[in-house]
Amino acid sequence: MEQASSDLEGQLQPAPLEPLGYADGELEAAVGEKAEGAQEESSGLDTMTENNFWLKKIEISVSEAEKRTGRNAVNMQETYTAYLIETRSVEHADGQSVLTDSLWRRYSEFELLRNYLLVCYPHIVVPPLPEKRAEFVWHKLSADNMDPDFVERRRIGLENFLLRVASHPTLCRDKIFYLFLTQEGNWKETVNETGFQLKADSRLKALNATFRVKNPDKRFTELKHYSDELQSVISHLLRVRARVADRLYGVYKVHGNYGRVFSEWSAIEKEMGDGLQSAGHHMDVYASSIDDILEDEEHYADQLKEYLFYAEALRAVCRKHELMQYDLEMAVQDLASKKQQCEELATGTVRTFSLKGMTTKLFGQEAPEQREARIKVLEEQISEGEQQLKSKNLEGREFVKNAWADIERFKEQKNHDLKEALISYAVMQISMCKKGIQVWTNAKECFSKM
Amino acid sequence: MFELDFLDASLMDINSFSPMMPTSPLSMINQIKFEDESDLKDLFITVDEPESYVTTIETFITYRIITKTSRGEFDSSEFEVRRRYQDFLWLKGKLEEAHPTLIIPPLPEKFIVKGMVERFNDDFIETRKKALHKFLNRIADHPTLTFNEDFKVFLTAQAWELSSHKKQGPGLLSRMGQTVRAVASSFRGVKNRPEEFMEMNNFIEIFSQKINLIDKISQRIYKEEREYFEEMKEYGPIHVLWSASEEDLVDTLKGIASCIEKCCKATEKQMSGLSEALLPAVHEYVLYSEMLMGVMKRRDQIQAELDSKVEALTYRKGDTDLLTEEIGKLEDKVECANNALKADWERWKQNMQNDIKSAFTDMAEENIHYYEQCLATWESFLTTQTDLHIEEDSEDKL
Repeated sequence: MEQASSDLEGQLQPAPLEPLGYADGELEAAVGEKAEGAQEESSGLDTMTENNFWLKKIEISVSEAEKRTGRNAVNMQETYTAYLIETRSVEHADGQSVLTDSLWRRYSEFELLRNYLLVCYPHIVVPPLPEKRAEFVWHKLSADNMDPDFVERRRIGLENFLLRVASHPTLCRDKIFYLFLTQEGNWKETVNETGFQLKADSRLKALNATFRVKNPDKRFTELKHYSDELQSVISHLLRVRARVADRLYGVYKVHGNYGRVFSEWSAIEKEMGDGLQSAGHHMDVYASSIDDILEDEEHYADQLKEYLFYAEALRAVCRKHELMQYDLEMAVQDLASKKQQCEELATGTVRTFSLKGMTTKLFGQEAPEQREARIKVLEEQISEGEQQLKSKNLEGREFVKNAWADIERFKEQKNHDLKEALISYAVMQISMCKKGIQVWTNAKECFSKM
Repeated sequence: MFELDFLDASLMDINSFSPMMPTSPLSMINQIKFEDESDLKDLFITVDEPESYVTTIETFITYRIITKTSRGEFDSSEFEVRRRYQDFLWLKGKLEEAHPTLIIPPLPEKFIVKGMVERFNDDFIETRKKALHKFLNRIADHPTLTFNEDFKVFLTAQAWELSSHKKQGPGLLSRMGQTVRAVASSFRGVKNRPEEFMEMNNFIEIFSQKINLIDKISQRIYKEEREYFEEMKEYGPIHVLWSASEEDLVDTLKGIASCIEKCCKATEKQMSGLSEALLPAVHEYVLYSEMLMGVMKRRDQIQAELDSKVEALTYRKGDTDLLTEEIGKLEDKVECANNALKADWERWKQNMQNDIKSAFTDMAEENIHYYEQCLATWESFLTTQTDLHIEEDSEDKL
């Protein structure tokens, strides 16, 4: 049986955050020894966090996507795509990899995993999933979820998600994540049995806290502001990029028409014929070159999109902080008010307006025994409240400390990834220019031979 | 090769001084010699300074035409006149009349129907001015047309002189009459068209089709490039905006924005190359192809005239002696016309090849230059991103 709640509490405590096999372009992650042929019902997460010694490295890949039909929750026929997740363990010595696990998952299961992680690790910036529906499309791209290109890009996105989780120092140790990779049947039930949904904060509560919190940590306020800006600017960039891609596609493809017409024209020309014909061929080459160019750019767009979605993950952490802070502020307020009540009862003075005060005035003071009883209750409540406040304070400080550590980790990752993506964009442009030079040089030669 | 054609021909093309009387071969040989020694170009024409001319009845544009020449038959060595589009139309008409089977250079269209609201739009006037310049220079370069009297008058006469000159010669009505007869008889002319002209006609038909398509494609490319340019202009600055919230990525983001801006400028330059060179060149040949069809028709008409007389003789309609005499003259006329066309056709094809070749070669050159500029921009940006690890990665990708 999973010791769900204690596991979750355990997560909130400062676990030893040793950096483990970061995804370093090599796409590997470290997982405990138990990864190999472990029994599903092994003991809780504590065991994994404390006792394990990372011996082997594993490779995760989402290698295939397949269209399936099945019956959904309301027994209706539906079509969906399933993704094959393969896990390989890599022997240290010779680098050979052995397939240890292989199972199929659909997008909704990924969503469930992510929701679970969001609830159980509110201080972590949880990696985002690739988009559910195709957005920022331009005319050649399809907005259809079943479109093979979309499915392919989503497959890559899902793989990326798993790698991000696997390379996160905290998340990689999660039991449910491990089971996601290894236990095909019953995984959904297992997740639900953890009861994580009960731990989830209601949206309304979170919204309320955001508006009413008085003293959130300034850094989180700034972070929220930053994430809004990030989301806005990346959306804008992606939108315009899609339009630019559309236009560029048009320019290249229209040149293809030259190919056909030159070829037809060459039929009536004696001296010019050959030159025209071969120039026409180069126009065709030019026109078709745009397909690969824009496909590469689409991967670049996906890299930016990941960080667009990360903005929401950042906001989630901020919201949690606001919630905890508000909770704390409410507890302080509550304690203060109880203390005051107590004081008033003890001294018999009524400093502030209260119903009790009113009734006392109207109906006379209550009996001393009643008053004593009430004071006792209040004193108990105050004592309890002070305990709770202490632990809430501790929790809050721990949260801020851990969250901020992860945010720093995230910032470094973001700076590294975005810089790499931007540079890869420049590399793509260079490649496009080189192709262009080659085609037009060839065409020019043909033209000059006419 | 050009010389050979003319020397072989027994009768020369219709001379401009007296439209109906052929001149001796000798005088034509002298003209050819001038043409071959292309360094001895002795007629330089420029068209510029479009100006609006307003009267109570109408408004029109006049263009300044400057002619510099060393030719004896011109009274002076330099002339400056102003002409309007109508005057160009008149000149073209006169040339066609005098040389029905020569390939007269085309004039720019009267109006451009699509996408043009006002006649006096700046781009329209500029394009027209350049086309008119081309028109006059093509005539100047033509071995026969360059000596046409109406051409000379056009280049040199003052406004009132031109008006009075225009009033001479066959009037509008008689030309209209000719057209009606022409339509009726050209059908017959097609039936008896010699093989080589069948081939020529076939070429013209296909050429006309293809050049029209190329014209459309080229215009479309320009349009797409313009829209691409507009989007790129918006794309670059977003990176600058982003850099405001990313401390560590400022240089990279601003670098990219700057590259995009530079590529935008390169696009602009490439586009203007397109609109100044390729588009007008291709369009001129679209107009030429229409011209050529007209020339074929006129050749067919001339032949039809002969054929109808021959037919009349065969069926003994009318005075046999008179008909025989007329047929004799018409046979000469047909042979003259055919030879003129044949020679001019070869010349035209040669020019067309050169013009198309150079227009597309230049276009390819512009595109190469465009990509080279962009390449240099991005490569120099990449070298500023000095992270060694990343550079290794990018080299792998390349």
